[in-house]
Amino acid sequence: MATVSEPPQGGFQLSQLIYDTRYRSMTIQIVTLIAVLSLIFWLGANVASNLAALGKPIDFGFLGEPANYDINQMLIKYTSQDTHARAAFVGLLNTLLVAFLGCILATVVGVVVGVLRLSSNWLIARVMTIYVETFRNVPVLLWIVLAMAILIEALPQPRDFRGDDPAASMFLDSVALTNRGIYMPEPLFSRSLGEFSFFGIFDISNDLLVLLAVLAAGIFAAKQIGKRADRIQNATGERPKTWYMSLGVIAVPLIVVLVLLGFHLGYPELKGFNFQGGIYMRNSFIALWLALSLYTAAFIAEIVRGGIMAISKGQSEAAAALGLRPSRTMRLVILPQALRVIIPPLISQYLNLTKNSSLAIGVGYMDLTGTLMGTSLNLSGRELECVMLTMLIYLAISLCISGVFNIYNQRVKLKER
Amino acid sequence: MAFEPYVRTQMLDPKPAPVTSVGPAGWLKRNLFDGPGNSVLTLVTMVAIFLLLAHLLPWMFLSVWNADSLAECRQIIDETYGLDHSGACWAVIHDRFFQLVYGFYPSELYWRPNLTFVLMLVALAPVLFTHLPRKMMIFSALFPFIGAWLLWGGSIWTPLAALAGFALGGAAYRYGSAVNGILAIAAAVLVPVIWWIFLMGPIARGLHAVIPLGIEVVESNQFGGFMVSIVIGITAITLSLPLGIMLALGRQTNLFIVRAFSVGFIEFIRGVPLITLLFVASTLLNYFMPPGTNFDLVVRVIIMATLFSSAYIAEVIRGGLAALPKGQYEAADSLGLDYWQAQRLIIMPQALKIAIPGIVSTFIGLFKDTTLVSIIGILDPIGLSNAIRADNAWNGIYWELFVFIGFVFFIFCFSMSRYSMYLERKLNTGHR
Repeated sequence: MATVSEPPQGGFQLSQLIYDTRYRSMTIQIVTLIAVLSLIFWLGANVASNLAALGKPIDFGFLGEPANYDINQMLIKYTSQDTHARAAFVGLLNTLLVAFLGCILATVVGVVVGVLRLSSNWLIARVMTIYVETFRNVPVLLWIVLAMAILIEALPQPRDFRGDDPAASMFLDSVALTNRGIYMPEPLFSRSLGEFSFFGIFDISNDLLVLLAVLAAGIFAAKQIGKRADRIQNATGERPKTWYMSLGVIAVPLIVVLVLLGFHLGYPELKGFNFQGGIYMRNSFIALWLALSLYTAAFIAEIVRGGIMAISKGQSEAAAALGLRPSRTMRLVILPQALRVIIPPLISQYLNLTKNSSLAIGVGYMDLTGTLMGTSLNLSGRELECVMLTMLIYLAISLCISGVFNIYNQRVKLKER
Repeated sequence: MAFEPYVRTQMLDPKPAPVTSVGPAGWLKRNLFDGPGNSVLTLVTMVAIFLLLAHLLPWMFLSVWNADSLAECRQIIDETYGLDHSGACWAVIHDRFFQLVYGFYPSELYWRPNLTFVLMLVALAPVLFTHLPRKMMIFSALFPFIGAWLLWGGSIWTPLAALAGFALGGAAYRYGSAVNGILAIAAAVLVPVIWWIFLMGPIARGLHAVIPLGIEVVESNQFGGFMVSIVIGITAITLSLPLGIMLALGRQTNLFIVRAFSVGFIEFIRGVPLITLLFVASTLLNYFMPPGTNFDLVVRVIIMATLFSSAYIAEVIRGGLAALPKGQYEAADSLGLDYWQAQRLIIMPQALKIAIPGIVSTFIGLFKDTTLVSIIGILDPIGLSNAIRADNAWNGIYWELFVFIGFVFFIFCFSMSRYSMYLERKLNTGHR
C-alpha cells in the first residue's frame, strides 16, 4: 500500500511497531510465525507425551512386518504373509484403478449428458436436467451404498445358474451377472511370452507389453499417414482418402500378433458353489465405480454445458459464414475454445473423484483407505503412522494429478500477446 | 395503348400461420419432432419414461405403511394387491421415522431438537433475507449458545459463562484503548482466552452449585439421524465462512510468512480426502491434546469438517478476489482507507458477491459430506440405514430406506441451490 509516512520524530517508540507502516508488516509476520510455531510445538509436545504415556513412540517398522490379512481384490500378487507396505501398495493400486476407470466413465457420461442438456429436443433436455439434479443433490456415499445394495439384493446367486432350466442365464453364454460380482471372459495366450518382473515388486505380462508396443507403433504410423495427407491437401487442395490405410496399419499388425500369441478367451464356468476362471469383478468394485462415475458425471455435465454456452454465438455464425459444416464447426471452432473453459474445473472434478474413491471403505472395497488406514491400522495399532502416511499418499496423488493437468492446461491456454 | 401495370388497390387480410407452426402442434414439431433423428429419440425416451413410471408408480403408491417387519409387509402386499405385485414397504420409514430423524435422542426430550430447529430457522432468517429487521441479528448471534445448550443440555451457566468471555473481551478493549492501542488489542484477545481456558469451567460449576439451573444432559453418542447431519453441517458451514475469508486474505497478502502458512494449509486440506480427516478426528485428535483431555466425538468431527470446508471456501473467495479489477483496490487506497476498511467496505462485498455460487456449492458439498461420519461410527441416516438393514425384521430392504434418505437430502440441497440463484439475481446490481 502506497502510504507515505513522515520520518519519525524523536526516538523509537513501541507503538511504531503497529502504527508505522515500515515496521507493521514485519511485526505481523513475526507474531504469526511465533503463534504458528508455538501451536505446532504445543501439538508436537502433546503427541510426544501422549505416545510416551502409551509406550509406543513413532515407528514405521511395522511396515516391514507380515500383514497377516487377506485382500480380496488385487492387481499384483499378494498373500497374507506379505508385509504391511505391500498391502498398502495393493490398496494404492486399487485406488488408482477405480479412480482411473471412474474418470473415463464419468467423462464419457458427463460430456454426453452435458451436450444433450443443450439439445433442441425438449424432452431429452428435461430428462438430462432431472438426471443432473438428482445425482448432484444426493450424497455420493448414499449412491455407493445403494448401488452395492442393488447389486447384492437384485442379482441372482451363482447357484441360480445351475440345472437344465436355470433361474438365471449367462449373457451371451459368457458374462454372468451374479450377486457376488460379474464374471467375464478373460484373454488368454496359448503361446504366452511369460511375465516381466519389475524389480521383483510386481509382474507385467509380456504379452500385454508387446500388444501395447504394436498398438503404439500402429498409431504412430497412422499419424504419419495423416501428415502426408495434410501435405498433399496443402499442395493440391485434394485430400486423399486415408481411413482404410490408417485402419490397416493399426489393426493388421495387432491381429497378426494376437494370432501369433495364440489368443483365445477363457470363459467362466460354474464349479461347486461359484464360478471359476474368467475375469471376476467384485460387487464392491462395480458399485463404487458406477456410483462414483455417475455422481461425478452430473458435475462434469454442468461444466461441459457451461463451457459450450460460454462460447459466443458469433463464433459458430462466423464458422458457418466460412462454409464449415456443423460437425466441423463443433470440432474445429467450438470445442477447442470450450475446452479452455472446461479443463480447469474438470481437473478438480477428477481430483474429487479420486478423493471420493476413499469411500470404498463404505462397501468393503480394499483401496488405500481399506488397507493402510483400515485393516493395517487395526492390526498394528499404529494410528498416527497409518493415518499420516495415508494422508501423505493421497496428497501426493492429488498433487501429481493436478500437476499433470496443469501442464496440459498451460499448453491449451489462450496465448495472448 | 399504354402498358397498364397491375396494381392491387386493397390489402389482403393476413392469413393465419400454418397449423403446424403455432399452438401445441407447432410447439411439438419444434421441440420434439424436429427431423427424423429427433423424432426417434423422443419416441424412445417416451417409451422409456412410460415403462419406468409403469413400474415406479404402482410400487410407490400400492404400498404398505403399517407393518412390523419386511415379511409381514410382503404378506400384506400379497393379500391386498395380488401375488405378482411388488409394492414398496414404507412401513420401515413409519416404524423407524423418529430414529432416522433424532437417532437415539431420548424420546421425551424430542422437543429440544425441535425447538432448536425452529430457533435455527429464526436465527437464519435475517442472515438469508436482508429485508427483515436488522435487530434480529442479535438473536442470530446468541443462537449458537442457546442451540448448543438445548441440544446437549446441562447447566445453563456454561453457555452464559462462555458468552461472558466475549463481554470480558469487549470490556478489556474498551478500557485498554484508553491506555494504549496495542495493549487494548492484546488484552481483547488474551482476556477471553484466559477466561475460557482457566476460569470459565470452575466459575460455571461454582454458580451451578449455588443456583442449580439446568436441563438433562444428553451425551452426543445418543445423537443421530438427520439431526446429527444438520448439527454438523450447519455448525461447520457457519464456522468455515469467516475462517475461509481469513485464509483467502492470507493467501492474497504480500506478507510472505502469512501467505506461506495459508497456502500450505489450503493445499494440504484440499489434497486429502475428508475421510482421512475424520479418521484424525476419531483416532488421533486426542493425541494432539494435553493428556487427559477427552472431548466429544461430534465436536471433534465439527472441528475437522470446519477446517476441511474452510480451505475450499478460501479457494472460492480467492477466485472472487482475483476477479475484481485492480482499480477497485487502487480506488480504496486513493480514498485513504486502511487495509481492513478497504476490505470491509469495498473489496469483500464485491468479492463475496462474485463468489456466491461457489460458496453455496461448497456448502451443499459439505452438507452431503456429513454422511461420511457414518464411517467413523456416528449414526447419521446412512449409518442408521445400515443398522436397520442388519436388523432381522427389516433384513433385505433397501430401496425404501435409500429413497427416503435421498429425498430428504435432495430437498435440503436443492433448496440451497435455488436460494443461491435467488441471491445471485438479487445482488446482480451490475448494468448489462
